[in-house]
Amino acid sequence: MNLTKNQNLRRYLWPCAGLLVLLIINAIIAPEFFHIEFKDGRFYGSLIDVLNRAAPVALLAIGMALVIATGGVDLSVGSIMAIAGAASAYYITKGVDNLAIIIGAGLLAGLIAGVINGLLVGYMSIQPIVATLILMVAGRGIAQLMNEGQIVTFDHAGFSFLGTGDFLGLPFPVVLVIITFIIVQLLTRRTALGLYIEAVGANPSASHYMGLNAKAIKMSVYCVAGLCAALAGMIAAADIKGSDANNAGLWLELDAILAVVIGGASLMGGRFSIFLAVIGALIIQTLTVTIILSGIPPKFNLLIKASAIIIVLLMQSPRFQQQLSQLNFWSKKKESNRV
Amino acid sequence: MNTTPVLQLKGINKIFPSVHALKDVDFSLRAGEIHALLGENGAGKSTLIKVMTGVYQRDGGDILLEGNPIFPNNTGDAQDLGISTVYQEVNLLPNLTVAQNIYLGREPRRFGLINWKKVNQDAAQLLKGYDLHIDVTLPLSHYSIAVQQLIAIARGVDMSAKVLILDEPTASLDADEVQSLFRIMRDLKARGIGIVFVTHFLDQVYAVCDRITILRSAELVGEFVAANLSRTELIGHMLGKELAELGEHKAQTNENRDEALLTLQGLGRNATLSAVDLQVCKGEVVGLAGLLGSGRTELCRLIFGVDKKHTGTVTFNGKAVNFSSPRDAIDAGMGLCPEDRKHDGILGQLSIRENMILARQIKQGWWKFISRKEQEEIANQYVKELSIATSDIEKPIEQLSGGNQQKVILARWLAANPSLLILDEPTRGIDIGAHAEIIRLIRKLCDQGLALVVASSELEELVAFSSKVIVLRDRNKVAELEGNDINPQRIMQAIAAS
Repeated sequence: MNLTKNQNLRRYLWPCAGLLVLLIINAIIAPEFFHIEFKDGRFYGSLIDVLNRAAPVALLAIGMALVIATGGVDLSVGSIMAIAGAASAYYITKGVDNLAIIIGAGLLAGLIAGVINGLLVGYMSIQPIVATLILMVAGRGIAQLMNEGQIVTFDHAGFSFLGTGDFLGLPFPVVLVIITFIIVQLLTRRTALGLYIEAVGANPSASHYMGLNAKAIKMSVYCVAGLCAALAGMIAAADIKGSDANNAGLWLELDAILAVVIGGASLMGGRFSIFLAVIGALIIQTLTVTIILSGIPPKFNLLIKASAIIIVLLMQSPRFQQQLSQLNFWSKKKESNRV
Repeated sequence: MNTTPVLQLKGINKIFPSVHALKDVDFSLRAGEIHALLGENGAGKSTLIKVMTGVYQRDGGDILLEGNPIFPNNTGDAQDLGISTVYQEVNLLPNLTVAQNIYLGREPRRFGLINWKKVNQDAAQLLKGYDLHIDVTLPLSHYSIAVQQLIAIARGVDMSAKVLILDEPTASLDADEVQSLFRIMRDLKARGIGIVFVTHFLDQVYAVCDRITILRSAELVGEFVAANLSRTELIGHMLGKELAELGEHKAQTNENRDEALLTLQGLGRNATLSAVDLQVCKGEVVGLAGLLGSGRTELCRLIFGVDKKHTGTVTFNGKAVNFSSPRDAIDAGMGLCPEDRKHDGILGQLSIRENMILARQIKQGWWKFISRKEQEEIANQYVKELSIATSDIEKPIEQLSGGNQQKVILARWLAANPSLLILDEPTRGIDIGAHAEIIRLIRKLCDQGLALVVASSELEELVAFSSKVIVLRDRNKVAELEGNDINPQRIMQAIAAS
């Protein structure tokens, strides 16, 4: 019994340990890193900044974790961010003041994008990487059309709260991540949906023999991914008080995929953990901060990031762990003693 | 006929981590003969062929080509030595032209550049020898599978083949195409090429083959001259047990057998199964007998709604039903353990617990979540009841042995509480101990009032638990045996049509 428990524990151990190591490095380089101060009803500090900046990728990673669990991938989430931001900006600049309509427009845009991806992947059986590439490219075009080719700026206190407000002392984007996390966690782990998603990813054929409707399940995960991306897109727009179709969420789909993979998920589908996906997003953001704090010239940023990611992924690979333990002279000696 | 063997395999062994796939198998192919290699699934045919062609390395034994030992490391090696293989699914490149495919990797060159004119001319000339007058500059995918297969054969033979292996080449051909393939095969035979012919169609074996080698359960049954081996003997060798050793019909008859649970009338599907009539009663086990490709699996899939029926009616529990997906069948109270456990049965990464409760969960609906505690109770109950050898229900199912995996899949359906359970080859690829347990379990379930439809290629197994046996041949129902007629001889005769 211990063996399997250990395996499950190990899945959580590596990403969490990775995050912890990075945090400790940060604290060594910059002793004030863990310093948090409570001012004007809100927490301030580097740690809070990391959480706040990681929020958009964390949201994307939650949706992406589900998509990847079905054996798919969603390249369009960065573009969906841009569309959602543009949709909200469109209504604000049209003079709509009702926050429900403005946010509703953004979410609806994300949902429609998710439905399109779901139709292409689930019902038309197009390879996910190709199907979502369509919207990845077209999405920015759509957002540009909505913005009429301009960077649309706006001023709407209610909407800006999404990006810059705070709740219970925490930045509101962080609160949104927590709420989304709880909703998706309940939806997948307190109903059978999570198991269905894992079943379709683990063996589509066997799932079919058990009567699972893979099409509907794929549709639902792309919709969740679309909604998460819309939320992230509105946070990004609210943060800069503007909608920039060219740059909102640019390349963030890759960070989201990376976050899920760092969280130990297999791109082949199957087991998923949205908790670990969020940890993955935090690792990426913490690493960025580490590089800045350590004073390494910015031109090394990308290379260091790539190297750190390779290390994290290697540490998670069972084969690498095995080889490592074979290299380890001490453990070899122990084994031969046993014989 | 030339009697010197061109290819000889002696005492071949192949051991995989979990199975001994070939045990001291001998095989000898003469130049200028067509030699059938027969056996049911899992008998070791494909492994033997893969050893000949270098896909697998043998773990023991010798391969002699024209008397010299050879050690092919891959199909390319085997090809260079003169052993060519043509598979059921043509393994050429569909988007290259016919001519490009034929000369791939050995294009005639002029001044270092490929001489495309010569490629096309030579290809057309070569195919004429096979009675194929086609445009060689069109992509391969433009032509039917039959033509593609001939092209593959032409390519193989042109690369100086001494031995040509045809692995189920006729499975996707129609009758005319099969005849022209046979003509080519006889031509090649006359040219002194040794041909290994793998097929499930016994008519075809007798139509073209000179000799027959039969494998069963990884062992050589024997080598026979086709003309001297009757069909019944042949099937007896393939399915196991000589006629004389076969036992008596042991199945018990059940009292409440009059209540019809499932009635099929003229159930069929174009190109997979012709109209089948069948009645299954409560507490009854109906056995489906027939060789591979006879329509056993197809019938199971049709009943369960995996494939859609084209003709006929299905009545289940007194209601006319028309399943369009397995989900409909499950909701109505059926379950199906598919033939290919690994591909269609287990969810490898998921735990034993999750594998067991999933069918019940799906039947209940996703919002009526079975609590973790309840899941564990169900899993522990079935682990005990079916004596599944595992210490931990959280272990991924892929870590279990084949027999225990099969028990988990059975438990999955039992947990969903069906009234009819369809088992397609429930004992394939599992060890003897688990085999006996599963047969006992089938009997027990039937005593508890469950109706079962069990497809199997093992006759003793069918005899041991069936109260009725349906025999299928060439996608037709050819016999329905009851009572004292359920014995291996009768079943075998029905399969062989003699």
